[in-house]
Parts: sequence; structure tokens; C-alpha cells
Amino acid sequence: MAKLMTTGLSALYDALRRAGYTVIGPTVRDGAIVLDELRSADDLPVGWGVTLAPGGYRVRRRDDQAAFGHSAGPQSWKPFLHQPRVKLWEADRVGDGFEVREERPEPPRYAFLGVRPCDLRAIEIQDRVLMGGRHTDSAYAARREGVFIVAVDCTEPGETCFCASMGTGPKSGPGYDLALTELIDDGSPRYVVEVGSEAGSAVLAEVPTEEADEDLQACARAEVAAAAEHMGREMPALGLRDLMAESLDYARWDEVASRCLSCGNCTMVCPTCFCTTVEDTTDLTGEHAERWQLWDSCFDLGFSHLHGGDVRSSPKSRYRQWLTHKLGTWHDQFGSSGCVGCGRCIVWCPVGIDLTEEVAALQAERDQRASGERGAP
Amino acid sequence: MDATRPTLAVWKFASCDGCQLTLLDCEDELLTLAGEVEIAHFLEASDEVAPGPYDVSLVEGSITTPDDAERIRHVREVSGTLITIGACATAGGVQALRNFADVREFASLVYASPEYVATLDTSTPISAHVRVDFELQGCPIDRRQLLEVLSAFLMGRKPNISQHPVCFECKRRGNVCVMVAHGTPCLGPITHAGCGAICPAYGRGCYGCFGPSPNWSDGRPNTRGLVPWLDMTPDETERVLSTFNVAAFREEDHELRQPDTRGTDDDPPE
Repeated sequence: MAKLMTTGLSALYDALRRAGYTVIGPTVRDGAIVLDELRSADDLPVGWGVTLAPGGYRVRRRDDQAAFGHSAGPQSWKPFLHQPRVKLWEADRVGDGFEVREERPEPPRYAFLGVRPCDLRAIEIQDRVLMGGRHTDSAYAARREGVFIVAVDCTEPGETCFCASMGTGPKSGPGYDLALTELIDDGSPRYVVEVGSEAGSAVLAEVPTEEADEDLQACARAEVAAAAEHMGREMPALGLRDLMAESLDYARWDEVASRCLSCGNCTMVCPTCFCTTVEDTTDLTGEHAERWQLWDSCFDLGFSHLHGGDVRSSPKSRYRQWLTHKLGTWHDQFGSSGCVGCGRCIVWCPVGIDLTEEVAALQAERDQRASGERGAP
Repeated sequence: MDATRPTLAVWKFASCDGCQLTLLDCEDELLTLAGEVEIAHFLEASDEVAPGPYDVSLVEGSITTPDDAERIRHVREVSGTLITIGACATAGGVQALRNFADVREFASLVYASPEYVATLDTSTPISAHVRVDFELQGCPIDRRQLLEVLSAFLMGRKPNISQHPVCFECKRRGNVCVMVAHGTPCLGPITHAGCGAICPAYGRGCYGCFGPSPNWSDGRPNTRGLVPWLDMTPDETERVLSTFNVAAFREEDHELRQPDTRGTDDDPPE
């Protein structure tokens, strides 16, 4: 049964702190709405929105007091769970051998306040990638365990958003402890809350609420339904997997490779991209060695280095690898699309390459080929 | 101390000394380093020079004079492993601006008696003259990278020096992209990583002091793909690409390699 929070977000923030969580949420820093530790609910980006474009991001003032009136920022929740740099182990020389130490600092107990539906799905996908199957990423698992998630339905998608096409939003899917819908009235926004877990129920018990009546719930549903109609981008819902498999020799890949910088930004901001490399280092004395896991990218030339050379030496092969994996072979590997429609790869590409545009162009090329074949004698 | 420590020599060619001073800047690790190698030839630290040959040589600076073109051959002969450090040694440095102009004209403007200056028409990297075992980028080089290369040399392993663009380091560091979020021109997407994305971390665009990243295609970055998004005039673009690694940035792009004809008689009056 949905509830209405009768006080502002401070009560929820305080309840999370009392429950022992380190609260991470959106806040304005360096000309962007980033995710960072919140010292109080006052750190939330109240009255701030964003304007998004391919290769462009600007914060802007809103004429209301919305705390979640913004869409995807420069980075998802990925760095908190799947960290850019993780020390896997270190070793010291002892006599003729060496001694390995695997120290894992106790990770913070995080509460994520303000997880958008696209990012909620992305966390679920990374859970499957990094914890499913036989080999678990133990550093990820340790940080992921016990994370408290406050999802916030999306009521204002940006110009580069397409979660509705990917079926990941704007309504929060499963996986949250609490899910809010922000209703922007004339005064302070109101928050309708749904409970998704026992932990969520326990935290909400510490927050002043009342039953949300049917009118209010209908209002929340209408806000979210309206957001679905205002997506700035659209991705064809069906046939992407086939299109990716069929298009490997299309001319469009050469065209996009001439614009792509192979800078890796799309993969670094993608909430589902998970690839890492491993670096072994020794110090000057040779007495101490460390092994580090670092974020890597399929756009790195050396990423596909095998004995004899780089498998994907051309920028074309690397862009194609990324897109066909994300939208196509991800299904075969992990049972879903790897794209959640957050649009970050479009915004944070320094040269504004838009995957929805690339897919449309590949589709057009397929249609052209098909009509050419039909027209052939 | 072990008497069989490898010997280290540091050599200077046309340069500002900033890169070799990075060695002295390794404050916390300097004593450890001095314990692991015998610093046999390092004039910035001591005028006491032990005779060669040397197991490893760090070479700073570019080749700009006939004498230096000879001297680098000698350095190669007395060096086991030769590592070039910095933009001058790896790309010719800012003094390679002469490669695209008339150096005699420069000399006549600067020196009262330019006829006494024996200089070459070009400033060229060490690798244009002798075989180089490893090139470390930067203007100046990064202290951690220098220690990594020396540690790797001592262990006989490959150094962890990535050739991808600065963007990798920027994103790992959690910086907000200055180009996308602020509209600040940034050479990060085409520049060799290694600095740790210092400038973007302080809200500035990258100005390419680690030189072009070979990550995109055929050992080059996609400079022409980036330029239209820098929001700069052609003149501004040429200037930003004409600094410490001017020769390397021009080398990788034919269009940028065209001679500068502005201000000549061929130019129509405005």
C-alpha cells in the first residue's frame, strides 16, 4: 500500500543515517549533478535540472523545488559498487618464497538515495554479470551486499533518455527497498512511497507518513505515464539482436569509426559496462608486489591484445564490438540487453555519437539491402 | 650495498632539465633508488661521473645541433637500455616549431651574431637517430611513471604504461568531463595518458603535454574527429596543437602538416 511522506526528504535521510547507512545521492558539484556522499538532505540538488544533448550537458535552475527534477548525470552508481581501482592482493618476499596478503577493507554500508529506474535495472544487470555464474567478483559482492536502495521514478526524462524503449522505466522495476514518486506541487514537492522489502519497511516506519489516497496514487501514476511519452530518444524495441548479428559488414560501421575517437568515455559512463584489466606491479626493491584491477574498455587498443597482436586494431572493429555486445550478444551471454536507455553514452561522448542514431542507420542500410535484393532480377 | 648494482646515467640534449629533475623529485623513493642502482652519471645531482658503460640511460632533450647528433651515438654505444624521457626526447619538444619555419630567421631575431650559432634546421626525437628501448611521454614526465619504468627495468618486466587517451584516467578518477559539462576545449580524447588527468581534475582542459595517443588507428589519434567539437577557430586549434609535442601532433595529421602561409605575400589583404 502506497504511503505519502508527510515531511520532506530530511526525515528519510535522517532515518537512513540512524539505521547506520552512508547515504549517497545526487548533489551539485563541478557544474554537474553528480552522485556523492550526502552530509544532509540539504545537499540534494533542490531546484536544479539539466539540459542534455549529444556531447553536451548543462545544469540549469528550475522554477520549482524538485530534488529529482533531473535525469542521468555524469556517472551512475557503478563506481560505488564496481570500483575503478581495486587492489586484489599484495605480496612480500619472504626468504626464497613470498607471502600473499588479500586484505579487503570493510566496505561502507551504503544507502543509495535517488536511483532512477534505468540505473536500478543496470545494478540488477551488473549483479548478474559480476555475481551470477561460477565466478563471483568478491570485491563487488562485498560492496553490493546490504546496499539499501531508494529508487525514484522518473518524472522528467532528458533529451537523450530512452528507458521507455528499453522497458526499464520510467516506473521503478523490482530491486528497490523504497521507491518514491516526486509530485511537484506549487510549494514543496510531495513524495509517494512504495515499499519493496522488509528493510524498506523498517526504515519507512521511522519516517512520518500517512496512507496515500487513491487520488494521490492516480496522480503519481499519471506523472510517470506522462514521462514515458516525453522520452528524448527512442530505440527500436524489437529485432536489435538480429540486426546486430546481420549488420557486421555494413558500411555504417566505417562511417561511425571516422567520427569515433576510441576514447572509451561511453564504456566508462555506461552503468552496465564491466570490463577490467589487471596490472601487476613491483616496487624498486623487488621485495613487494601488488596486483590491481582497473576499469578497462573495449575501445582500448590493447584490450584485445593476444599473442601476435591486437585482435581489434581498427576503430571500426572496436565500436562494432561495443554496440553489438551491448545490444546483441549480451542477450546470449547474460539473458537481457546490456542497454538500459540512460543515454549517458550519448551525452558524455565528446563528439556526440548517438547509439539510437547508429541503430537507425544500420536499420536503414538493412532495409536498403533488402529492397535491393527484391529489386534484383 | 650490493657492488653489482646496475648503473644509471642521465643525459641531457636540447631541453629545460625539467624531466631529469623529476628524478630528484622522487623524494621518498630517491634513497631506495640510490640503493638499487648506482647513479653513475647525473650532472644535475653531482659532477662526479663514473666511467661507462652504463646499464640504463635516461635521455632527456631533442637533437638540434650537429654535435648532439654525434653525441647521441656515443650515448647509445655506452648504454645497455636507453630510455627517452619527455616530450623533447620523444617528439622534438616545443623547439620543433622550427621544423615548420626557417630556423635562421629565428636565430637572426634572437642573437646579435647568429653566425656563431651552429644549429640544425630541425629538432628531432632521439628515436630519429638511434635505437630507443622505451619512450616515456610527458612535459614534464610523471614521477610515478618514471618510478614504474625504473622498477620494471630492475625486475626485468614490462612497465605498466598505457597508451590510451587521458579520458581513461579522467573517468577512473571520477572527474566531471570539462568538455561536455562546461564546454571547455580539451585535448584529453586524443592525448596519451600518464599524467593522471591533472588538468581536468582542476577544471581545465587537457593541452596535450603527453603527446598524441596512438589508440585510434594506425598509431594515431582521431584529431580530425575531435577538432570540430573543440569550439575553436582554426587558428586557436593550430595553436593548441603547436606546443610541446608540435611535431608529433602535426605528423599524425596531414591537414595540420601544411606549411603556415599566413603573413606571406601570397595572402590577400584583409
